[in-house]
Amino acid sequence: MNGSDVRIERVSKSFGSFTALDDVSLTINRGEFFSLLGPSGCGKTTLLRIIGGFEEPTDGRVFLDEADVVPIPPNRRHVNTVFQNYALFPHLSVSENIAFPLRLKRTPEADVRRRVGDYLSLVRLNDHAHKRPSQLSGGQKQRVAIARALINEPRVLLLDEPLSALDAKLRQQLLIELDAIHDQVGITFIYVTHDQQEALSVSDRVAVMNDGRVLQVGRPFEIYEAPADGFVAGFIGETNSVDATVVAVNGEMVTLDTAHLGRVLVTDDDPPAVGEQVLFTVRPEKLRVTKELPSQISDTTNRIEGVIDEPIYLGFQSKFYVRLGEGFIVKVFKQHAKYLDEGPEIKWKDKVWVFWSADDGYIVQSGR
Amino acid sequence: MMATSSSPADSLAPPSGRPAGGRGARPRGGSKATGGLYVAPIALWITGFFVAPMLIIIAYSFMARGLYGGVEPRFSLAAYRALINPIFARVTLTTIWISVASTVLTIALALPAAYYMARSGNAKLLLLVIVPFWTNFLIRIYAWIAILGNNGFLNDLLMTLGVTTDFVQFLYNRNAVITVLVYTYLPYAILPLYSTIDRFDFTLLEAARDLGATHLQSLARVLLPGIKTGIFTAVLFTFIPTFGAYAVPQLIGGQDSYMLGNIIARELTITRNWPLSSAISVVIMLITTAGLMVYLYLNRPRKRA
Repeated sequence: MNGSDVRIERVSKSFGSFTALDDVSLTINRGEFFSLLGPSGCGKTTLLRIIGGFEEPTDGRVFLDEADVVPIPPNRRHVNTVFQNYALFPHLSVSENIAFPLRLKRTPEADVRRRVGDYLSLVRLNDHAHKRPSQLSGGQKQRVAIARALINEPRVLLLDEPLSALDAKLRQQLLIELDAIHDQVGITFIYVTHDQQEALSVSDRVAVMNDGRVLQVGRPFEIYEAPADGFVAGFIGETNSVDATVVAVNGEMVTLDTAHLGRVLVTDDDPPAVGEQVLFTVRPEKLRVTKELPSQISDTTNRIEGVIDEPIYLGFQSKFYVRLGEGFIVKVFKQHAKYLDEGPEIKWKDKVWVFWSADDGYIVQSGR
Repeated sequence: MMATSSSPADSLAPPSGRPAGGRGARPRGGSKATGGLYVAPIALWITGFFVAPMLIIIAYSFMARGLYGGVEPRFSLAAYRALINPIFARVTLTTIWISVASTVLTIALALPAAYYMARSGNAKLLLLVIVPFWTNFLIRIYAWIAILGNNGFLNDLLMTLGVTTDFVQFLYNRNAVITVLVYTYLPYAILPLYSTIDRFDFTLLEAARDLGATHLQSLARVLLPGIKTGIFTAVLFTFIPTFGAYAVPQLIGGQDSYMLGNIIARELTITRNWPLSSAISVVIMLITTAGLMVYLYLNRPRKRA
């Protein structure tokens, strides 16, 4: 399971004066579920199309199993793609869509039947084998596309926003199913998405992209807990970010003078130098909000007073927009559980305390 | 992992009550009465100008010949008996040969042109296809005489270049007729092909390539089935008018390209045998309808079990 499967080496791609990819290098390991995550126009689909062979890089090389594949046309690469709009052949039935790659190779009929049957079972579509794509639901179409892409037994499966056309609930189900298929077939999946939840929930590693560049590559918790820069912090999940200056460093404990939150204590195992300009960020779910400051509160707990500007009830949690003295808004997520409940219900215009541990904030250093 | 029976996939199947595909629903609003009103103008038009003349032609074909043209109003099979004649068989075969050849050539030329136009996304190209219609049809045929004639541009060019020393007889034969018929009906084939190819989802070609198809395989196995209706329309728009062609073989053709249209004109204007010309028209109608039926049968939607 080790070793590199796909290696992108200094790939750039321009369309006229527009730079879609700017010197991208990535190594994707064999058998990995790897996500390319970024907003639309960040170059993630272009990178996928280059790996698939539909675009040629302006510069750089793409290795598949240590062989440069740039000159190889898509039909001779051991890579298959699940397209965003499914791209099922409307004139063929479900089983003939899945059989398409085998028919091209003039596989004997008995073989075709057996393998199509196997892949129909893999995606649980045996009962729909003779339907036309137009008779299927979105989720079923997606599964036909996955089976069709897998039947050639590619080394790498490319998935281009495969779930974007489906509704939220179905997306979650298919995502879990996709993860199960990945475990079963054991090949490398490269998954393009703009949805950070999709990327975080199933990927072994995620590459966050913006403006044609890879900003950070890491495991989902690394991306979330230790974003490389302000863009990653803001793009992955919601967060509260403020500019800050380092005023004191004592071991791992850093004191910041922040733009809107005043003096803030934060721990960092690789602390910046005093006087450095940094970005301080803390996730809304790590903040606590109460009307009264708890009596027992440690010295390393940051606290700040504010007024509830907007309470938003979301069922599984509540969102509070807390307005600080200067008008800066801090987002706080609060779970609904009795054991977490501190005192009376918090309402609009209530004066509240927002507090968090020094361990829960983090410093995003520029130039790292 | 996939084998567990309570996987989320189980709930993905559509509810059993919902008809798959959502087809078969009645269009909403509008009673039958108002619907009838909407189609009344076109129904009257078609009845008055297409159905009635056709019935008259069929009726005339079963009547006796009038002395100076026209018909005697009594039943007669003389016209159909006159059709049992090797000349008609030969002319019918010639007509089929010319119209099939013209149709095949027209589609072969129109397909790549329409494909290029649709992929380039340049709407001005569409205008270029329509430009010939701005000039009268007959003028355009005479232009071909000016090009292909013995003292025409093509012979001038060939002799100036020294390719030939004497003029080449381009006109008044089957090839000339086919050339001009292809030229005439090319726009009629390009337009429906363009409109279907333009709507075609080209990612399907990428998908085919991705799945291992060569460029040609992707066109043959995915593009052609995808634009079948456009090809069908283009074939009809070319085959039916070429089968009844009259002006082109009359002006450009010779002995070997005498078509059914020419016989009809001769019987109508020179021999003044109206029942016979009507009978030939009926035969043309039957052959084109039969051709259409065969085509529809071959292209019927197949249900595979």
